[in-house]
Amino acid sequence: MSEALRPDLAIIARHVARGSRVLDVGCGDGQLMAALREEAGVDARGLEIDAANVASAVARGLAVVQGDADVDLAGYPDKGFDYAILSQTLQTARAPDQVLDHLLRIGHRAFVSFPNFAHWRVRLSLLWGGRMPVTGLLPEQWYDTPNIHHVTIDDFRAFVRQRRITVEGSWFLSRGRPTSAAAANFRAEHAVFLLRR
Amino acid sequence: MLPGPLRLDGGGLLSPVEIGYETYGTLNADGSNAILICHALTGDQHVASPHPRTGKPGWWTRLVGEGKPIDPARHFVICSNVIGSCMGSSGPATIDPSTAEPWAMRFPVITIRDMVRAQAMLLDHLGVGQLKAVVGGSMGGMQALSWAATFPERVRACVMVASTARHSAQNIAFHEVGRQAIMADPKWRGGAYYESNDPPAAGLAVARMAAHITYLSEAGLTEKFGRRLQARPDRPDGAKSFGFDADFQVESYLRHQGLSFVDRFDANSYLYITRALDYFDLAEEHGGLLANAFRRTATRFCIVSFDTDWLYPTSESRAVVQALNAAGAAASFVELSSPYGHDAFLLEAPEMNRVIDGFLRAEP
Repeated sequence: MSEALRPDLAIIARHVARGSRVLDVGCGDGQLMAALREEAGVDARGLEIDAANVASAVARGLAVVQGDADVDLAGYPDKGFDYAILSQTLQTARAPDQVLDHLLRIGHRAFVSFPNFAHWRVRLSLLWGGRMPVTGLLPEQWYDTPNIHHVTIDDFRAFVRQRRITVEGSWFLSRGRPTSAAAANFRAEHAVFLLRR
Repeated sequence: MLPGPLRLDGGGLLSPVEIGYETYGTLNADGSNAILICHALTGDQHVASPHPRTGKPGWWTRLVGEGKPIDPARHFVICSNVIGSCMGSSGPATIDPSTAEPWAMRFPVITIRDMVRAQAMLLDHLGVGQLKAVVGGSMGGMQALSWAATFPERVRACVMVASTARHSAQNIAFHEVGRQAIMADPKWRGGAYYESNDPPAAGLAVARMAAHITYLSEAGLTEKFGRRLQARPDRPDGAKSFGFDADFQVESYLRHQGLSFVDRFDANSYLYITRALDYFDLAEEHGGLLANAFRRTATRFCIVSFDTDWLYPTSESRAVVQALNAAGAAASFVELSSPYGHDAFLLEAPEMNRVIDGFLRAEP
């Protein structure tokens, strides 16, 4: 692999079936897409809101469309992809529930990764500091953070249970290393879920 | 000069079909490196070589040339004058063989798809089966899109810049102003002005002035001219004349744009090409649903818009992208930032070059 993938992306990359069709929502400059294309012969398409990221992704030969997950997913046909991927983008959506609905409509399966707001460091920061947490994981101040819908692993588990979404896999990361599902809500900085409806 | 006949969307036949064109570079052994470039309303085939009448450099040398994303060292580049125009292709100013006189208004009304079919005849003539890419901005982008929809098996990649899949009411309205300006000029004479050697220059200049405003952004005009007055011999900082001279710099600029245009363009061609643009609605040609134009296409698409382009705004590009997504086509799209409005695609746009270069190199 030409660039080291972010740990949550590496988990996703390992579990995407070879030769499948993938839509990467919030694909950034296309790092995961490029890895999937090169390593697994995946037909990858991307959606990204930032023009500079889109230009970089297209310049590396990827099929990326500039757009907003909150608005532009509606135009994609049902089950047009094997996987729809939403990495580190859920918490920035204006309507994350609707974005998830679209992911599960567009893809046969969906990968969703997000930072866990219930990680112990975040809890400590709020409990002892009394201030909105600014950590390595959540580096922005309250006024300039793109993360407008903070979510915890237990929130997400409750959400998918309530909506009768099947969890086919889940992975939890602490400092880039896997951590167990038990106590993940306390110990994991990141979560990756593989979902199906 | 090709024998034709070319069957036109309007129902008629055009024969023979004259096509003025330029090529750069050489077609490789397996014929896989041909790129067709499509020009805009008043453009021509001189994409990367000096204009024969004005001596100005080619109109897209920022994108086409040595070391550029489209490079004759690697690509066989073809650019042809659209039919209906006046730079060597069949149009109202060329001779109708049945009368031995210029066609004038007896020239058939043509469409964007007719232009594309004429280009396909040229490619047949040149021995180019399949295009690596078809690339165009503005009206050229419409041709590129029409190419992908009309001859999907002949187009591996399509680049559409600052363009649209249909002309809006506002687009048509501006063109109608231009056409009425030409036809209201007494020198137009129902289009039969070629013998007189006295064409409807005033009307054509006004048409160009109105259109030129749509190519610029308000911010660009404000920055370039503001309310600044034109310098006069006695008043270098300008003064209001309390008359109707070109007091403002923007007036003087537009007048210059109009006057220099009439030296290089035929008024009847302007009528015919603006008509073709106004008739353009790719969805209409495919049962009203744009996605139908791209069903099962294997062509890759790259769509670029500019944020200050209000002639063909980003929303029009997005409509194309949505249709491509709905059809499952491989599409890339980016809105780039520029202060220059629609004209941005012809100006220095390093980000556009980077995107197009990467897109063209990415051929699987």
